[in-house]
Amino acid sequence: MAALLEVKNLGISFGGLRAVDDFEISIQKGQLYGLIGPNGAGKTTIFNLLTGVYKPSEGVIMLDGENITGLKTIEINKAGIARTFQNIRLFKELSVIDNVKAGLHNHYKYSTLEGILRLPSYFKTEKAMTERAMELLKVFELDEEANYLAANLPYGKQRKLEIARALATEPKLLLLDEPAAGMNPNETMELMETIRFVRDNFDMTILLIEHDMKLVSGICEELTVLNFGRILAQGETAGVLNDPQVITAYLGE
Amino acid sequence: MKKLTINKNTKDNIITYGIIIAAYIVMELLINTGHISSLMQGLLVPLCVYVILAVSLNLTVGILGELSLGHAGFMCVGAFAGAFFSKCTQGVIPVDLLRFILAIIIGAVAAGIIGFLIGMPVLRLRGDYLAIVTLAFGEIIKNIINVLYIGKDSSGFHFSLKDSLSLGLGEGGEVIINGAQGITGTPKDATFTIGIILIILTLVIVLNLIHSRDGRAIMSIRDNLIAAESIGINITKYKLMAFSISAALAGMAGVLYAHNLSSLMATPKNFGYNMSIMILVFVVLGGIGNIRGSIISAVILTLLPELLRGLSNYRMLIYSVILIIMMLFNWSPKLINLREKYSFKRLFKKTREVQ
Repeated sequence: MAALLEVKNLGISFGGLRAVDDFEISIQKGQLYGLIGPNGAGKTTIFNLLTGVYKPSEGVIMLDGENITGLKTIEINKAGIARTFQNIRLFKELSVIDNVKAGLHNHYKYSTLEGILRLPSYFKTEKAMTERAMELLKVFELDEEANYLAANLPYGKQRKLEIARALATEPKLLLLDEPAAGMNPNETMELMETIRFVRDNFDMTILLIEHDMKLVSGICEELTVLNFGRILAQGETAGVLNDPQVITAYLGE
Repeated sequence: MKKLTINKNTKDNIITYGIIIAAYIVMELLINTGHISSLMQGLLVPLCVYVILAVSLNLTVGILGELSLGHAGFMCVGAFAGAFFSKCTQGVIPVDLLRFILAIIIGAVAAGIIGFLIGMPVLRLRGDYLAIVTLAFGEIIKNIINVLYIGKDSSGFHFSLKDSLSLGLGEGGEVIINGAQGITGTPKDATFTIGIILIILTLVIVLNLIHSRDGRAIMSIRDNLIAAESIGINITKYKLMAFSISAALAGMAGVLYAHNLSSLMATPKNFGYNMSIMILVFVVLGGIGNIRGSIISAVILTLLPELLRGLSNYRMLIYSVILIIMMLFNWSPKLINLREKYSFKRLFKKTREVQ
């Protein structure tokens, strides 16, 4: 079976700096895949390349057999990649449910005029959107805070809301950029459950960047270790984490 | 914690419409019983104009989150387009109301189109740059209109940027836009009632837009552009939409303004930089993104100089002091706490637990 995400020979330079070089990855449908490495190794840059924030200098990105190299962020999202951000980027002045509804934007439509004139299609579609958004919020146990402003949520819940919003765009591949950053061990445990739950129940393929080794070894099936923009090791989690090269470069004794 | 519910939105909107309608009824009663001076009566239409301008600018500044300093420019476009139409069709369309409605539509569409054209390149800029370009646009529009001459005779329209003589009008020709002298003899169709109807129309458009799918997209761009893009929201489309609608509504206000005056000129006073800033002051003082606040501050700040007229030279001094006090009252954290402590809601619902 062809992989869901197939990246070949991906690279980008910023001036003289080779941020990512000859990056390759192949993720099967339904896989939970980890991307790890020291700070500045180019992990987030790879996310930005995959989502079209940066245009790659070379290389090919195939999503589900479709070439998405060099497309705009919006088009890539429509093609099926959604992401979260390392520094949380919520719509802070919108309510929690509106954040998710914004994610549903391209799947539930009515025209501007129908919205302004409040035609029946407005009420019908808005009702369907609210129902779908509440379903998603329930998964992340955010349904009780649905009408809070996103900015007023505690940190851990903001992270969850970002995942919910990304899922609302109905992606094939979900990219999580350090989902456990700033969480305490309990919250991290809870997050691991949530990520597993999302994978199983939404039939999702997930690629995540993480520094929390407990989370990585706990849920990732395969890993890629990045160092100075190049692949240091790649393969099954247990094997990679015992690789002496990886231990020296990243994990430490 | 701040709690918003859908019902609260609807309730909020109903209160806003209610305030407008109540104010209208009270004013009509006072006018009919002769309790309002003619000076104040003359202020009613400009008041409606400023309210529409404030609400429409709030769509750009508060909802889209872009600073525009050229709002008077769009008003100017609408005013001249509408007045031009009215002047041309004065003899053709005998029903005043119909002609005025058409003028309003034409003014709004003209300003909307200009807004769209300006927005296309300009909305790619961020922050200060956008403010500078819109500021320049407002001045350019005003200056173009000051050198614009359009006349009409039996053979059609004549157009010049030099003077009215070079139009070369034939027998029975008439100069419609006469450069710096503008348009004279615009029919005085604007009334307080129409002004109020236009305010309500503006509110319906703006409030319904905000609480729809498109409004959510616009506000998500305001809150986080990168995240909005990442969930597939078309940034350019929604920025342009908000900006053009805001411009079109300003154009509508312009038409109302033009039809309240017998001669319409583009001077620094009515369509210049000061006007744009004044509208922005309404928006900022009323609370950025707060539509009802814009209405209230536009009303207060328009009436204030008139109410203080008896104080002659001290008028502007007091005006500015009140501006500062209002700003503190709205934004100072200590005063906000105090307000929450003694708010009507708390006083009336003492039994309810406050979060």
